[in-house]
Amino acid sequence: MKLDRNRLVLAVAAPLLAVVTALVITSLIIAATGEDPFRAYQVMLDFGSKSDSQVWIINKAVPYYLSALAVAIGFRMNLFNIGVDGQYRIAAFFAAVVGGALSLPGFVQIPVIILTAMVTGAIWAGIAGVLKTTRGVSEVITTIMLNFTAGSLIGYFLQEGRLAEKDGNLFHTPDIPDSGHFFTFPTNPNPVGGFIVVAVLVGALYWFVINRTRFGFDLRAVGRSESAAEASGVSVKRMVFTSMVLSGAAAGLVGMPTLLGESYNYGNDFPTGIGFTGIALALLGRNHAVGMAFAALLWGFLDRTGSQLELEGYAQEIIEVMKGVIVLCVVIAYELVRRYGLRLQQRRVGEELAAQARDNGTNDKAGVSA
Amino acid sequence: MDSATGAAGADAAPAVRLHGITKRFPGVVANHDIDITVRRGTVHALVGENGAGKSTLMKILYGMQQPDEGTIVLDGETVTFGSPADAISRGIGMVHQHFMLADNLTVQENVVLGAEKLYGIRGGARRKITELSDAYGLNVRPDVLVEDLGVADRQRVEILKVLYRGARTLILDEPTAVLVPQEVDALFDNLRELKAEGLTVIFISHKLGEVLSVADDITVIRRGTTVAAVHPSETTPKQLAELMVGSELPSPETRESTVTDVPMLTVDGLRLSATDTDGAVRTVLDGITFTIRKGEVLGVAGVEGNGQAELVEAVMGMRHPDRGTVTLDGDDISRLSTRRRREDGIGYIPEDRHRHGLLLDAPLWENRMLGHVTETPNSRGQVLDLKAARTDTERIVSEYDVRTPGIEVTASSLSGGNQQKLIVGREMSHHPKLLIAAHPTRGVDVGAQAQIWDQIREARREGLAVLLISADLDELIGLSDTLRVMYRGRLVADADPATITPEELGSAMTGAASGHLEHHEDGTGGERS
Repeated sequence: MKLDRNRLVLAVAAPLLAVVTALVITSLIIAATGEDPFRAYQVMLDFGSKSDSQVWIINKAVPYYLSALAVAIGFRMNLFNIGVDGQYRIAAFFAAVVGGALSLPGFVQIPVIILTAMVTGAIWAGIAGVLKTTRGVSEVITTIMLNFTAGSLIGYFLQEGRLAEKDGNLFHTPDIPDSGHFFTFPTNPNPVGGFIVVAVLVGALYWFVINRTRFGFDLRAVGRSESAAEASGVSVKRMVFTSMVLSGAAAGLVGMPTLLGESYNYGNDFPTGIGFTGIALALLGRNHAVGMAFAALLWGFLDRTGSQLELEGYAQEIIEVMKGVIVLCVVIAYELVRRYGLRLQQRRVGEELAAQARDNGTNDKAGVSA
Repeated sequence: MDSATGAAGADAAPAVRLHGITKRFPGVVANHDIDITVRRGTVHALVGENGAGKSTLMKILYGMQQPDEGTIVLDGETVTFGSPADAISRGIGMVHQHFMLADNLTVQENVVLGAEKLYGIRGGARRKITELSDAYGLNVRPDVLVEDLGVADRQRVEILKVLYRGARTLILDEPTAVLVPQEVDALFDNLRELKAEGLTVIFISHKLGEVLSVADDITVIRRGTTVAAVHPSETTPKQLAELMVGSELPSPETRESTVTDVPMLTVDGLRLSATDTDGAVRTVLDGITFTIRKGEVLGVAGVEGNGQAELVEAVMGMRHPDRGTVTLDGDDISRLSTRRRREDGIGYIPEDRHRHGLLLDAPLWENRMLGHVTETPNSRGQVLDLKAARTDTERIVSEYDVRTPGIEVTASSLSGGNQQKLIVGREMSHHPKLLIAAHPTRGVDVGAQAQIWDQIREARREGLAVLLISADLDELIGLSDTLRVMYRGRLVADADPATITPEELGSAMTGAASGHLEHHEDGTGGERS
């Protein structure tokens, strides 16, 4: 029981430590630029809590969250899928092509588009998985190269006469018909995209599969010790491939809120870089389904209020600096608290054994001299 | 501070005196109130069971760890070591249990490495090496690549390395663990040479016969403290063992035979090649054929690295043999995955529990599921049953006497013996048909050792077949119904554990004898091939 209380204290200590440190450091940085840090926080809070800001933040957080989930699936077994960025873009692109070419009722059209995206993302990540399991190529190398390959492939097809049409000085895929538009929640002043429901469901599924299923146990076992997992009967190669594919399928969802709720096509202006944000968010949220949701919302908040800070005369880079500081603080704070907790625990177990040994030792000594 | 004047001025003072040393160390038995006096020019043995705290104590003397309490006195002068460099400068050298040599360098390069300033790296160094080698009869050839050397030669290189750095007091941490009996004798001759030249040797071991034959003084450590200082002439192996254990000695001996006629595991014509680090393909197992029947313990003896680990992994399905079949309880399992084999009733106590047996960062109850996640009580269908797994972990902790404050602590915070008890409990809880036990009591305290032996014996009575791999020849001889000797990937000899002696086994382990080993009263055992 005592141990559980310790664990609780430690669990709260890490985020608290991280937040306080991050605030102190950013304040110092803002102060160093000659501005008032506290006014900056005031501006951010005021602007960020406006209702249109809230809607904006939520809509922004949904793809962030999905991206973080995709990265976290790999992280849980020590796979570093840097390729979520390429995976979601190529997935969104082909989903947009398929969606623009079909005209089916919504309940068929939307699943077809989403499925296309997931399958494309899975295949793209699967390439890295196959290369790792058969040739031993590091997934860090392959996924980052596949990001460039994906970009070039999209660039090739995104031209007039191939798979795109010209619209002003933009190229984009044909628009998806109305039946393929995702539903929205009619909030004021702007609607909240309905894809948040999918994000929540996927988050819950992620939590369940990782923590409550045999598959998830195997996956975590590989992440903790490949050799022990192998000896326990997990086929590590198959696990690497499967989790790469799953990670890619989840990555396929990242572009969907934008495609089905905002742009309805894939053009030159389709958002990029969300895959890299996902890496930071997975770190920040400790690969935890709820933690990553908070991280995604925080990132949305920082994105939203950063532009306002600029209007108020703060350096435009300050918000990116803040993001970096937060990620570093969180990673360091959690690692420190984890090590401290481990030492605490080992000391307690050690002390118990030592006490035991002392008792026995004194008895034995008496026995020998007698 | 000059060590020469220190030694000269304190002839009567002991070379090393440790007084009241106490060290609290997470996860393992701490040292407390250690008192040891080592006379100059003697071989002083430090004996104690695995996990008694011998190695920790020597790390303190070598400056790798600092004691929480107590003093170290060298030649009458109290010293404090912040690092091994301090200890080396005061003439203390350590030969570790695991050699620290660069394979791709020559002997001379290895010796000079890190000590280039002493005698240069060329002629001077070479002269010094030859001089030391001749003086102490070490027979070291400076130009040979270390990778071409056998274990015993490597050990001599390690000793030379320490002498080269000017050590007057040598610590040898379980130097005989990797040697066969004949090599042990050669090592002891070297130690006597060192002693004759006025050097001091601290010799850590838990093998009593060896200790009695080589030591001038013996200090016994039990559960982290010194319990007795004895002279070899005034004690017997049995008395010494009882001092070490603190009670009557547990014996690995199995009383009555429980071997049946029903084959449980049949391995036929197994051959396995592996690619080594240089990319060369070698045959690591060849022509392995044996049968283990229900209720039988088959012990495999051999110097480590002769294919025992590969054999275990081939039977477990972690390596894929080129040829041969593995049959468990009448079913051919040669093509099944590791998981299927475990589900079919193979229990596994791995050689390296940290690498293959545990998730060190995971709580005990998750470790309880490892390897058996598809079986009850750990899961129902695809979904884990955390509640049942936790309850069952509590049961294992109490039934198998795992000393832990709870099942939420991580496996890494338990001591080696308790980790092993958890693994044994986990494997036995699934009622295996075949248990593969690789070094089941290595690094385990004596209480746990006796328990683990009891568990194996009890399961054997109920018809369990056991494949036992061990470096502890007493354990092998005591526990096995049948003995095989493995040498260079082949089973070269077999023996009857009822009559064979460790020395006779040892000669087969070096490849000196093969076929059926008969016990001879003159102790030369084995037909020469």
